[in-house]
Amino acid sequence: MKPLLALFVREWRVARRIGGGASVGAVFFLILVAIMPFALGPDLRLLARLGPAILWIAALLSTLLGLDRLFQADSEDGSLDLYGHAAPPLEAIVLVKCAAHWTVSILPLIVVTPLFGLMLAMDARPLGLTTLTLLAGTPALTMIGAIGAALTASLRRGGLLMAVLVLPLAIPALIFGVAAASGGDAGFATPFAALAAISLFSIATAPFACAAAIRLARE
Amino acid sequence: MRLVAENLTLERGGRRLIAGLSFAIAAGEALIVTGPNGAGKSSLLRGLAGLLPFSGGRARLEGDAAALTMAEQTHYLGHADSLKGALTARENLRFWAALLGGGALSEIDALRRLGLPHVADFPVQALSAGQKRRVGLARLLVAARPLWLIDEPTTALDAGAQELFAEAMRQHLSGGGLIVAATHAPLGLESARTIRLAGGAPV
Repeated sequence: MKPLLALFVREWRVARRIGGGASVGAVFFLILVAIMPFALGPDLRLLARLGPAILWIAALLSTLLGLDRLFQADSEDGSLDLYGHAAPPLEAIVLVKCAAHWTVSILPLIVVTPLFGLMLAMDARPLGLTTLTLLAGTPALTMIGAIGAALTASLRRGGLLMAVLVLPLAIPALIFGVAAASGGDAGFATPFAALAAISLFSIATAPFACAAAIRLARE
Repeated sequence: MRLVAENLTLERGGRRLIAGLSFAIAAGEALIVTGPNGAGKSSLLRGLAGLLPFSGGRARLEGDAAALTMAEQTHYLGHADSLKGALTARENLRFWAALLGGGALSEIDALRRLGLPHVADFPVQALSAGQKRRVGLARLLVAARPLWLIDEPTTALDAGAQELFAEAMRQHLSGGGLIVAATHAPLGLESARTIRLAGGAPV
């Protein structure tokens, strides 16, 4: 366990020091949420109704923002080669990197979601539900994004390609997340359970896909 | 412990770089790979490090620690130094020691051996190219692994640092280690054998 803990600590330190892994994501999230009323107009009922969808789309884009460097930085400085020489399997290393990324860059977004939702005139209950669904759904977005990041690790400007690859795969999480948060016909429990299942499935399978992509990219 | 390579064949981008290369080195021996640019020196080292598949033949480590895979007994130092610029030299080395197994010098002792103890707490991005390379070389000293695969290790090093690293390599060999190095410059290893790649077939 000690090597993986050391990796987690390093990822944290790099993200904190490089300036802004965490804060830039949160500011991007704020900007996205803040420009929505300008586009949609000052109709508070409309904003409140669209609130969960807006917050989810903003969270999805902010998640992708930081992910493109997840493996690219390691590929450039040679760390990616050496992960193969460590005792823990590459799959475990990928999972720890994703966990570190989620705690340092995504968790702050979720924490500020109730605050930003106020700008969309949302009530307490939809705000709480949206925060809860983001908590359950962003691990899926992170893990799916990590597959895109691994596939584009060795490309110079892979960020855009990664977004194109990843966004369609994020649609199921988006559907169930927004459905659970806005409490439509399906209620809360069913879509939330589906969302949690997508997250758990991604956590269990995405590390293998990432590791396979990284092994290919090394050649 | 012995490193045995049998009939290695390596192809890159449709060219056959290495065909039918065989060699064996025993504990305490070094092998220097030379050859013109593009002859396949780096590719050979990456192949031995398990980062590139050989299209034929195989390389293996024979010896006492049979429970460990070859990758777990290998240090690979490529053209990149595998350092994070935002972290200090000490933090970088501590991380690699934890991930690669440790069991060797402390971070500060490793830096001292390469003449750099005074930069231990500087962010690596503030160091010069030669200093970064030396911190990268110090990684070989903080985790105990018998096989060193080193690619142009002395790039950007000044004469004094080259001598310090030569001394570190001699100590590694006298402790029963193995070294395969690709280089153009002499490394200061008198006893080392040399193979020359000619981009096609080994001569």
